[in-house]
Amino acid sequence: MVEKPLTHGVIGRDDMTIQFNDETFRDDYSFYNSAWAIKRFPFPFDKDDYMYSVNMEPHAGGREGSIFDNRFDVDEHYVSEMRDRALVLASDPLRCQSLPHMTLAGWDLLELIMVSKSEDYPDMFELHRDGDKWRWINKPLGIDDSFTFLDETTLPYGPMEYITRQTQGDFAVLDQRDDNLWMDAGMITTQADWSLDFDIGMNFFEWHAPVPLAHEKGIFVRALKFLLNIQQGSPVRRLNWTMTVNPLLDTSPENYHKWGVQKTTLTPDNLGSKQHLRVELQTFFRLPRSNAMVFPIRCYLCAFQDIVSVPKWGRRLHRVIRDLPDELAEYKGFAANRPMMLDYLAKFDDGLPTSPGIWPEIETEPALQK
Amino acid sequence: MIACGGGEALPQVMIQADKQEVLAYMSKFEFPPSIKSRPVWGRLEARAGKHHLMIADAEGAAAILDIAAPELMAKSHVIYIPNGADFADKLRDLKPAQFYEGPSYSASVQRIRRVLQDAHMGLQVYLAGTEGLMGQAMQEAVSAGIPHTAIQTEHRGSTARRMQCVHCKGITENVEVDPFVCSHCGLNLFVRDHYSRRLAAYQGVCVDAEDPGNVPAQKGIYE
Amino acid sequence: MSGATKIGVRVTEIVPLNNLVTRFKFEPLDGSLLPTFSGGAHTVVEMKDGDRTRLNPYSLMSDPSDRNAYTISVRRDDEGRGGSLFLHKNVKVGDEMVLSNPVNLFSLDLRAKKHLMIAGGIGITPFMAQIKQLDRNHGNWELHYSARSEDLASYARELTSEHPNDVHVYYNDKDQSIDLEQLLDGQPLGTHIYICGPRGMIDWVRGTAKELGWPREAVHFEEFLAPKPGKPFEVKLAVSNKVIEVGEHESLLEAIERAGVDAPYLCRGGACGQCETNVLECDGEIVHRDHWLEPDEHASNEKIMPCVSRFTGKTLVLDR
Repeated sequence: MVEKPLTHGVIGRDDMTIQFNDETFRDDYSFYNSAWAIKRFPFPFDKDDYMYSVNMEPHAGGREGSIFDNRFDVDEHYVSEMRDRALVLASDPLRCQSLPHMTLAGWDLLELIMVSKSEDYPDMFELHRDGDKWRWINKPLGIDDSFTFLDETTLPYGPMEYITRQTQGDFAVLDQRDDNLWMDAGMITTQADWSLDFDIGMNFFEWHAPVPLAHEKGIFVRALKFLLNIQQGSPVRRLNWTMTVNPLLDTSPENYHKWGVQKTTLTPDNLGSKQHLRVELQTFFRLPRSNAMVFPIRCYLCAFQDIVSVPKWGRRLHRVIRDLPDELAEYKGFAANRPMMLDYLAKFDDGLPTSPGIWPEIETEPALQK
Repeated sequence: MIACGGGEALPQVMIQADKQEVLAYMSKFEFPPSIKSRPVWGRLEARAGKHHLMIADAEGAAAILDIAAPELMAKSHVIYIPNGADFADKLRDLKPAQFYEGPSYSASVQRIRRVLQDAHMGLQVYLAGTEGLMGQAMQEAVSAGIPHTAIQTEHRGSTARRMQCVHCKGITENVEVDPFVCSHCGLNLFVRDHYSRRLAAYQGVCVDAEDPGNVPAQKGIYE
Repeated sequence: MSGATKIGVRVTEIVPLNNLVTRFKFEPLDGSLLPTFSGGAHTVVEMKDGDRTRLNPYSLMSDPSDRNAYTISVRRDDEGRGGSLFLHKNVKVGDEMVLSNPVNLFSLDLRAKKHLMIAGGIGITPFMAQIKQLDRNHGNWELHYSARSEDLASYARELTSEHPNDVHVYYNDKDQSIDLEQLLDGQPLGTHIYICGPRGMIDWVRGTAKELGWPREAVHFEEFLAPKPGKPFEVKLAVSNKVIEVGEHESLLEAIERAGVDAPYLCRGGACGQCETNVLECDGEIVHRDHWLEPDEHASNEKIMPCVSRFTGKTLVLDR
């Protein structure tokens, strides 16, 4: 399904607005961010320290060109990320599962994504509907399929799997009942170390059970109350973050015995290029036909050396990592590497104040004074 | 039809005081506080309903003996897996409507499914014994359409865990130590409290992934 | 942000069904398509009655996949605060109105192996949409519908002719009634009950199911509470620093809105929890009427649901 790469490390077609990187998220790790991608990287810290909060805001656009601009952001990594997802699924089909009652929610999700992408990126995606007869064109992936809406037999996969093989980010589809949300379906291949196969069927508190500190602070009780009332047409979003050594999308528990050891390959010399800040844009949409919710978790990776190229982010990342409670560093899996990370980051913190907010402010923030 | 549709609650006072004393030595384990996915086992109580299904292994039988009243047992189907314990006769003496003694859980599971297939809403399910037994029987009852919160449980006997290896997906039964070796793929796994009702298992994760070969000394899970 | 997203519509059809019930059809103003919804959803209808804005929730009864129009059926309540009377008397074909996006607080549990629906009177409306949804997905359902008389049994004829084996209608004036114990006895595991009707019916079915050992999670119900009139009272809003008077025929939520203070809401019927408000000071008694707060929260007088609850006494200060 994936088009053959053209030359010079980019793929795509001349009439499309985005040039797609030809890159890998495994083995030789040829992943990279262009200058455009670094500038729009969703830096997750709006001040110099960090603690959990519900921090939800309406997902209704954002700064032009930012990752918040569209309902489902498509960027230069699209084609390669979809190729990586196909590799993960080929080796472990359990990463995509849907309990039987979630098929209708899968159709809801397919409709939401097809409508959103065809409206937001008309040069790349087209949706033509004549009653239940639908035609979907995905130019970057070279797909042109006709099918009958709500008829599973007309698609090569179930509706959720079909559309999420073509959409960046993980997708948890949540059933709503008994005043709780239940993770009853999902496409999870770019996860921060949690297993869909293990967590499927759990409720909101259960699948968040391993997160330290937040339960005691009542974060999840408040977050759930908020999420249960999200209405059609009024999606919300928040950012979350962790750390990953090497630009590895598939940091799954399933393969932890294979990738875990990569954490020990950091040296002071390679840290800037190997250590990545991993940010999740988490959004929440009500699905109309099923009254379920979809929780897309879109992963963005950025190497430390690219983050510190923005002076404000370099200063702030050092302060956040330095002052983070030990439990969180442990939970996020970088406690052992924290001293080396701080040695590196300290070089980019001159002690100057930083402006509030997450934006890079390259024009207004002073250059590094050391 | 017998006029018992109201299914009045059976009073708890029917437990005889002397029986409670006799059972006082039976092992009851106080699980330490844990995370929210870890199941919290309860205490069986007789509930209203026309039909009652009781599934127990080993010392779980004692939890049934604790709530057994003739009126309740006359409406109960008891499935018991002794696993070396010696309660079958005591259970039989309660004169349940149906009694089955199975040599193992896996030998009994087809029968459990058959019973659930024919059951109607209002059926009360009681599970007692080891976590592995309760977890697996609960999974059957949930797939049959009973919400997990409506299923009663009481832990008795062994505290060994049913563990799933998150890497190879194989289940290792009766794990008592941490870390342990996956009986399928051979990886050294540490024992998490994260629990899946759907798999009826706790999660085991490679303990030496970041430092291969450096496996901590084994100790009891609750040591 | 208060309430769900709004939709501008035009009334395109008004059909009186009997002495009490009238059906209204709404189509979008701009010729676009309406959002799809799930069976059991309601919409909040905005009514401009002079200088007063009435907001009443009504269950959507049209086919959830029909995006050209929504329909609701409204029972005239001569004793109520006037929302249904306004619709019956003042609304004409061609009028422009505003609806909220659909909100579902009475959703089907799609895991159910069988859906057992029990309707009383105008409580039939959410089931009309649920049945259409289930039919499309080959769902297993059965409806038991109780009405005062054949004349007042809205949609009974249509339902029984389309689904002769699955719809059972009971007319109270012919001494017919649901044999509930018989009905609940023998339902297969995985059956879910849904009840929509008067309070007495909801309590009866829930109580009987509980006695028969049905799990709480398998029994679903929806009752919109209309805010009851009551003695006027005074409230202080601490955040906005205002003292407001709640009139006899308006709810506390309506009085807050009238004072220009933005307050969250969705269902306006004591069910969804969205308008939950902290009580900062209370010298007197809160008359709690919602389904949302727990009994101990009612007793504590630390929270109030201003869409349906009222106050008697000396001082009430809210965190709003």
